Amino acid sequence: MRKVACIGAGMTLFRRRLKETPKELCWEATRMALDAAKLEMKDIDAVVTGSAPDAFDGVHMKGEYYADGCGGFRKPITRVFTGGGTGVFSPIAAWWHVASGLADIALVVNEEKMSSCYPHAQSVFAHIWDPILDRPLNPNLVWIFAMEMNRYMTVHKIKKEDIARVAVKNKRNAVAHPAAQLADAKITVEDVLNSEVLAWPVQRLDISPPSDGASALILASEDAVKRLKVETPVWFSGVGWCIDSTMWTDRDLYFPRYLAQASQMAYKQAKIDNPRKQIDFAEPYDPFDYKELHHMEGLLLCGKGEAAKLTREGVTERDGDLPTCPSGGLLGVGNPIAATMGTKVGELYWQLSGQAGKRQIPKEIHTGVTNAWGDLMQFSSVVVMRA
Amino acid sequence: MKAHKSPRPKGVAFAGEALSQGQIDRGTALQTRFRPQAKYSWAAGQAMSRFLDELKAGRLIARKCYRCERTLFPPRMFCEECYRPTDEWVYIKDTGTIETFSISYIDKDAKRITEPIFVGVVSVDGASPLMGMMHYFGETTKEEIRIGMKVKAVWKPAEERTGSVLDIRYWKPIREARR
Repeated sequence: MRKVACIGAGMTLFRRRLKETPKELCWEATRMALDAAKLEMKDIDAVVTGSAPDAFDGVHMKGEYYADGCGGFRKPITRVFTGGGTGVFSPIAAWWHVASGLADIALVVNEEKMSSCYPHAQSVFAHIWDPILDRPLNPNLVWIFAMEMNRYMTVHKIKKEDIARVAVKNKRNAVAHPAAQLADAKITVEDVLNSEVLAWPVQRLDISPPSDGASALILASEDAVKRLKVETPVWFSGVGWCIDSTMWTDRDLYFPRYLAQASQMAYKQAKIDNPRKQIDFAEPYDPFDYKELHHMEGLLLCGKGEAAKLTREGVTERDGDLPTCPSGGLLGVGNPIAATMGTKVGELYWQLSGQAGKRQIPKEIHTGVTNAWGDLMQFSSVVVMRA
Repeated sequence: MKAHKSPRPKGVAFAGEALSQGQIDRGTALQTRFRPQAKYSWAAGQAMSRFLDELKAGRLIARKCYRCERTLFPPRMFCEECYRPTDEWVYIKDTGTIETFSISYIDKDAKRITEPIFVGVVSVDGASPLMGMMHYFGETTKEEIRIGMKVKAVWKPAEERTGSVLDIRYWKPIREARR
């Protein structure tokens, strides 16, 4: 397989509701990525795109609907979808286009517009549940997080205040992100603990917001990197993904073993045998604050139940030993599902190429890892990148 | 960098124009609306049809896999681990253990509700460890409910059952008999 680098990234603002159409959002993010890589659409061999359920937009096969915005016509184009895992999965799909030699330069564009579905995108989330076993109970998607969070907290005896620290850290980190929707420099643990209870133990400030937005990345082969004289390529050194059985009521939710398996797949490729020592920073998927902790453990960055302690001790702060979600994450920047690629793989690129501006991690960094997560507590995608 | 035309204001790297609820309500942000009329009727399938029939009869049923020796619940016609057909129907109990739970103050559309819904996963006695289903809990309080609590199904009266998971009203705590 050929070496693959990211050579440019772009994203739009993340907001609760944006005026732009999906097509316009894709165009904006893509144009920014092309400009960053000093390329034009004619240089792109293949396009990969990711977006969550069509039902948010109310347009079936929306990948085709917004494709023009991605420059995705008269070219090979592929849409991939792994639920919430899409943000880190479509870059993997673009990676295999380039790694295989099929394309020399691939563009990946992720888009989400959750505001089109009103009054709340939650009504559409109901469609992911099993029609016979779950749906008669009228479930809200927040329930799966609440049930997983409670199991995780109870098994490890983790206090809610230690989980709230993640929301505080990420919303504060997001102050330095120009695209952020919910940055808050003054938020405290008490604010999180006093926020409205939605589905115990989940409170309002434990959750990332629904958002509109798009993001784009440009991936290039080693040959293309040399030919284009790219100064700061950031290399994909490992990719992994894994899904567990759909029978989610038959397994212990306290640990995401499918993520551990995806991580091992990526680490093997990246020749990482001691993730805690060999990885300098992480962008774990953080749609809820406890998910960052859950994912740090699944990414094997610490032992089971230890992530809360690392957070409490400041290890995961931007200036800590293992900075985690330096972008501000989904909790601070926003959660336009697939478009969170911009704060996950995008942030790895910006950090490792020294372009993160006010968000730049102060210590020297060489290796970062990110993941995304989706479906019914089932799926995870992992990318390891190196400067 | 090549020049291109973009609605992005000069000097702003990240594009996008936020709309407020006020602009929507006042109609100053133009929109088009549509309401889908899709309706669905799902065939319950081989395993779930029997499962629903048994619920109607007031019983819980599972499938046994002879190879891994698991008692699979909810029942399925193939064992996903062994990747072979399952072998036998077996009745299991209507008691179990709360594996996890939530107390929900929102309904399925994220509307606020005053009477909270107690919901979670109950692993059912007689099935293999941890195997269970999502359901409601009742006759308990937010102070009392806890992970590890033993519970029993509260069934609807036979004439009200329709062959649905809702034939069980909820699961209630099994309290030690007072001495």
